[in-house]
Amino acid sequence: MSEETALQRVKFYQTGTHTVGNRLMDEDKRSVQSSIDRSNAITSGHRACQGCGEALGARFALDAAMRSCDGNMVAVNATGCLEVFTTPYPETSWQIPWIHSLFGNAPAVATGVSAAMRRKGRAKTKVIAQGGDGGTTDIGFGCLSGMFERNDDVLYICYDNQAYMNTGVQRSSATPPTARTATTPAVGDAPGNVFGTGKNLPLIAMAHNIPYVATATVADLHDLETKVTRAMNMSGSRYIHVLVTCPLGWGSATNHTILLARLAVESGLFPLIEAENGAVVRTQKIRKKVPVEDYLKLQKRFAHLFKKDHEDVDRIAAIQRMADANIDRFNLLGERTAP
Amino acid sequence: MFQVRFHGRGGQGVVTAAELLSIAAFNEGKHAQAFPSFGSERMGAPVVSYCRIANTEIRSREPVSQPDALVIQDPTLIHSVDLFAGLNGQGYVLINSQQSFEELGIDDFASGFPHNHFRDVGASEIARKHIGRPLPNAALLGSLAAMSGEVSIEAVEQAISQKFPGQVGAANIAAAREAYDVAVG
Amino acid sequence: MLKQIEGSAAVAQAVALCRPEVVCAYPITPQTHIVESVGELVKSGELKNCEYINVESEFAALSVAIGASAAGARAYTATASQGLLFMAEAVYNASGLGLPIVMTLGNRAIGAPINIWNDHTDAMSMKDAGWIQLFAETNQEAADLHIQAFRLAEELSCPVMVCMDGFILTHAYERVDIPTQKEVDAFLPPYEPVQVLDPADPYSIGAMVGPEAFTEVRYLAHRKQMQALDLIPQIGTIFKEVFGRASGGLLHSYRAEDAETIFVAMGSVNGTIKEVVDAERETGSSVGSVSICSFRPFPLEELKNALQSAKRVVVIEKSLAPGLGGVLASNVRMALREVPLPVQTVIAGLGGRAITMIGISEVLRAAESGSLPDVTFLGLEQAVIDREIARSAEMRHAGPTAEGILKAIQNRPAAERSRAS
Repeated sequence: MSEETALQRVKFYQTGTHTVGNRLMDEDKRSVQSSIDRSNAITSGHRACQGCGEALGARFALDAAMRSCDGNMVAVNATGCLEVFTTPYPETSWQIPWIHSLFGNAPAVATGVSAAMRRKGRAKTKVIAQGGDGGTTDIGFGCLSGMFERNDDVLYICYDNQAYMNTGVQRSSATPPTARTATTPAVGDAPGNVFGTGKNLPLIAMAHNIPYVATATVADLHDLETKVTRAMNMSGSRYIHVLVTCPLGWGSATNHTILLARLAVESGLFPLIEAENGAVVRTQKIRKKVPVEDYLKLQKRFAHLFKKDHEDVDRIAAIQRMADANIDRFNLLGERTAP
Repeated sequence: MFQVRFHGRGGQGVVTAAELLSIAAFNEGKHAQAFPSFGSERMGAPVVSYCRIANTEIRSREPVSQPDALVIQDPTLIHSVDLFAGLNGQGYVLINSQQSFEELGIDDFASGFPHNHFRDVGASEIARKHIGRPLPNAALLGSLAAMSGEVSIEAVEQAISQKFPGQVGAANIAAAREAYDVAVG
Repeated sequence: MLKQIEGSAAVAQAVALCRPEVVCAYPITPQTHIVESVGELVKSGELKNCEYINVESEFAALSVAIGASAAGARAYTATASQGLLFMAEAVYNASGLGLPIVMTLGNRAIGAPINIWNDHTDAMSMKDAGWIQLFAETNQEAADLHIQAFRLAEELSCPVMVCMDGFILTHAYERVDIPTQKEVDAFLPPYEPVQVLDPADPYSIGAMVGPEAFTEVRYLAHRKQMQALDLIPQIGTIFKEVFGRASGGLLHSYRAEDAETIFVAMGSVNGTIKEVVDAERETGSSVGSVSICSFRPFPLEELKNALQSAKRVVVIEKSLAPGLGGVLASNVRMALREVPLPVQTVIAGLGGRAITMIGISEVLRAAESGSLPDVTFLGLEQAVIDREIARSAEMRHAGPTAEGILKAIQNRPAAERSRAS
């Protein structure tokens, strides 16, 4: 194993969470955030909660996007936390042109912006649409599928925190089984969200044969930036699904935002994949598999699984089976493939 | 004002017939209004369309309830739909059929109309000969032009070529001309 | 150029002459021919520099138009009926954002029971959405109103809905003078947006506004409509100078100056009403009519003036506010709030029921004799209704009302049948 390959294995969190943008590493390994000239799509002073994974993910994603197109871009936002915490008029955190129309139409609005740019002789202006899991997997799903199917020239980024956090933590089709939300309360025989429901949007996106689909998390921001940059250099419909921790909705410590995203990956619950034209081309291997309990136990939304008097062994095992199925499906413990 | 009601079935070009007649009238400098009786488009279902022709602007939008001419593109409708409702007793009736009025069961009714106002023409057969398909609408317009004199056969031909340029138009024009000659003769 | 042409095709050609840059299409009867025709003009290369986007729903259609308009493109779409309801959220959004989108509404009833035929229920459902709503009386006016609509929308930064009766206009072939590109270019300057998504000058569009400013923002939306009251006649005047014919405006008055009974209506039924007015004038009735072209903004002053000579006003409208009566009539009463005049509502033409000259003449007779009730349903088959009410009173599980009514109509006694036809 060469020294270079070994170096590549070094991840952001291993250098400490305070070394923002991997700035202690070699220049080519650093994230754009480490540069003093860095792009700044969402400026400070917004009103996201402490430890917000979405704010972190959106900033890294959009900064990387800005970097890749010299800031020649427009962002379209679905209704949701990101929209609300960045823009209470007359203040706005957005340093790029930005539009919010409705909860369920961000992909269609982006299609319109993209079409207009072509007709206005500004085809180089890149268009990004973004929304949370509710705006993406539920209410905006029809528009998103339409955008994919037409292969409209838009990069759509979903910040998935697994429930409707903006309205007070209600279940979405991205909420995992057993998770407690305001509409799947932790009461009754099978507390929390039920098994056998929900949808896997990255796979659905792949089924549209769009040029690029990727998953990422806020645990590996360099990976997120790489994927955004890769997507920005392509055209047609592209989709990136980013798992973002929500301390409020998940009932997690605000300093566990990165850790939880990492455990979601390392347990196999959230596979990191990239697909081009409908086929998986790269996966991020799990380096050290952890049991799902390690991930679940740190979140109050799963607290009912771990009651002192009786641990919900069966349902924890069922979640473990989901993680193992992901690992099998994407060969997440196999040989690493080159990034 | 000359008002025509077309009856037929979905797929027989009933709506197109009214439109073509309106274009023919327009070509002769008249005002004309054509509109369908608005059904969901289904092959085989009874369809009605209307055309009004006048020398001044046509403002009324009501369906034609007292037609001066009836064009019946499908004789199987005769006893299933109230085809003759409101028909002007001095008006015209043109039926796409090779059967006699007696065979169609309307000989009594037909005998009440002025000479040459009640006709049947084998428009489907004429159409089959020229177009290759039993699409009777253009042929019937040729006969209607001959019977009523409301529009000239030249205006009808021009309308057909405007709406259907090329081969299809030429074939329909041939059908209209033959049906015109049949009705004149 | 004068053409004998389908209303939908005429509108499509007029829209194309306005050089739209983004057109979104989703099929819904009876509007479909319009977007089909525009699509053909784009695909054949006749309409250049235009993106034609086949979307997956009406909600997406208007949303794409919103994005395109915000990015500085002239955007157009068309819909009807359920489609307008499906895009309702975006309808309010487009006006709230001040985006000058032009949309055709091929007026059609709203279900259930599902019905594809003409009435104005769809337009009325969005009457307070902040869009300007113009109603066309003929296909010539429908074509002309679209050309005026782009100018009006862009001068005010406010979306405009051009309403034309489904089937009755959209599917009717009649004579329409289609202007030349040169004329339209002289009338309609290129779109100069007041706000645009531009990386060189970034700002945020559509952010949250709290109670401290929301009322003021809404007031400005109202003010825009009030400005439109002046602008619509002005644009109509300029239109006449360029194209040589009067079209649009706030309302059209027909032989109403000295009339005792005045009909008020919107859209194509005004043609039939004019025929009745002429015929009844021949036999001595003092009757006239007013056609409302601009329903939003509603021309309160102009209507009041147009009704000056009236002793009674009869509103013939193709919509119903269940539990109240007429929608248009409520607006007409608002115009006459200082004048003690009876305003009667005739609900007519619902779901495509034909409005006939005979029917309107009978209404006139009743109005003149003072026997016209406040709310009348033109051509209502009372016997059928009575039987259905009685039937459903007999049993709890009476089944769907619509089915019951249809059965009652099919099974009605012969005497009743001949009267109805």
